Amino acid sequence: MNAVTVHNLVKTYSSKKEKVTAMQDVSFTVKQGELFGLIGPDGAGKTSLFRILTTLLLADSGTASVDGFDVVKQYQDIRNRVGYMPGKFSLYQDMTVEENLEFFASIFNTSIEANYDLVKDIYVQIAPFKNRRAGKLSGGMKQKLALCCALIHKPSVLFLDEPTTGVDAVSRKEFWEMLKGLKQQGITILVSTPYMDEAAMCDRVALMQLGKIMSIDTPPNIISRFGEKLWAVRSANMYRLLTDLKKYSNTESCNSFGEYHHLVLKNDDTDAVLRYLGEQNHTAVELKPAQPNIEDCFMQLMNNN
Amino acid sequence: MKETVIKAERLTKKFGDFTATNQISFEVEKGEIFGFLGANGAGKTTAMRMLCGLSIPSSGNATVAGYDVYKQTELIKQNIGYMSQKFSLYEDLTVKENIRFYAGIYGMGSAEIKTKMNALLQQLQMTAEENSLVGSLPLGWKQKLAFSVAILHEPKIVFLDEPTGGVDPVTRREFWNLIYEAAEKGITVFVTTHYMDEAEYCNRISIMVDGKIEALDTPHNLKTIFHASSMDEVFLQLARGAKRTAD
Repeated sequence: MNAVTVHNLVKTYSSKKEKVTAMQDVSFTVKQGELFGLIGPDGAGKTSLFRILTTLLLADSGTASVDGFDVVKQYQDIRNRVGYMPGKFSLYQDMTVEENLEFFASIFNTSIEANYDLVKDIYVQIAPFKNRRAGKLSGGMKQKLALCCALIHKPSVLFLDEPTTGVDAVSRKEFWEMLKGLKQQGITILVSTPYMDEAAMCDRVALMQLGKIMSIDTPPNIISRFGEKLWAVRSANMYRLLTDLKKYSNTESCNSFGEYHHLVLKNDDTDAVLRYLGEQNHTAVELKPAQPNIEDCFMQLMNNN
Repeated sequence: MKETVIKAERLTKKFGDFTATNQISFEVEKGEIFGFLGANGAGKTTAMRMLCGLSIPSSGNATVAGYDVYKQTELIKQNIGYMSQKFSLYEDLTVKENIRFYAGIYGMGSAEIKTKMNALLQQLQMTAEENSLVGSLPLGWKQKLAFSVAILHEPKIVFLDEPTGGVDPVTRREFWNLIYEAAEKGITVFVTTHYMDEAEYCNRISIMVDGKIEALDTPHNLKTIFHASSMDEVFLQLARGAKRTAD
């Protein structure tokens, strides 16, 4: 059985002046025990999708189920068995760390002790501050507490809405390590993120943009469908190099990627590129084959849509 | 000749017995893109607030655009631009109203505002949206507009606090093109980011750990010094040693 099934979901928000389509005909399934990533920028429709699946929002049309339960007719069953960590910190700021965790355990008719194994690895990191009010915790600690509270009733499916947004690179790495640990305990995890590099940590990902899924597969399969030869180019003046390459008649696409620019050519005549860059007085030019990553694929899909 | 536009010497800020920013010293030159990196809680925001004239240091010295961070905070504010992801434009004002409002705040006259507003709307290809509420624009457009508004009064320095968070990869790159254009015009760019590929786009980078600047150099030199293949690795090596986890 699939842990999550989404079928032709549409969600629009209307005000007097305008109508915004948050999700246009979204369909996918998530297998039990899978770590599934929704990758996309703000406005892709990730939060609307999570709110529909956690029964907090109704879709305009389409159907969805979690663990076989319908999100509209059987919302109570879903609420009992899923964990949800919203993008915005939503615990009680004026209760302590321990009080928050006890509270969430008790509303699910369980206790911290009953499911301690599941949260232990994460909770020990915040246990020294268990008498501190949640509002006084640092960002990283709040995130860990929120994750504990979402897990304390041993959910079968865990929904994490942008848990790493605004978080530094070290804490992001630690967070993904925690998710790997939870996956090993058999929990299905749906996680959304605007950071393309985090796609590599997921079993499968959906690349989303403006309410649509552009591609859905394992990260290696998505990358293998890039289908074009990619070159990494650098020179002494990277900004001028970018504008010159974009002007070049044989350029299909050129995007900055850290210390190199990623270049796709209409034909792979690299000698001609080097000659052209020489004519434009570029120095220290380096050109070599490169491996596309998820962000290359995302931009290619954005351009094709 | 090189012209220094930001100069900090042992700049320190304490809150009670907690030292948020601990004796940081650095200089930034005119037209430079200076990346200001650090883990959450390393003291970046506190340092930026002092440099923007919003918070008086506990000790140390600094000048921004030639003005003193203790005595000339109003002059600093007139000579800088500021933009962050969290706060940039008023969502329930139109594009034109936002431009007029910010230009007015920065002390520009109405004739100048009119000329610059039209040029800006054309440059951003947003003339058709000039009377739309900012809240109805896509995030990427908002961020580009917010940046352009922050430099409309031609400040010496613009401070950008995580300007590209949550923005799609194409718009993120377009945003960096605006940064390069501003730097070419001589505007100094002081920028924080959590995207390590963006660190590579800076002329120089400082990395803060536990209130101190632990590394400061060009991306190339930092990678050489730390025997790392990417800025991500450099950052991880430094930030893993951090003791603080505060925000």
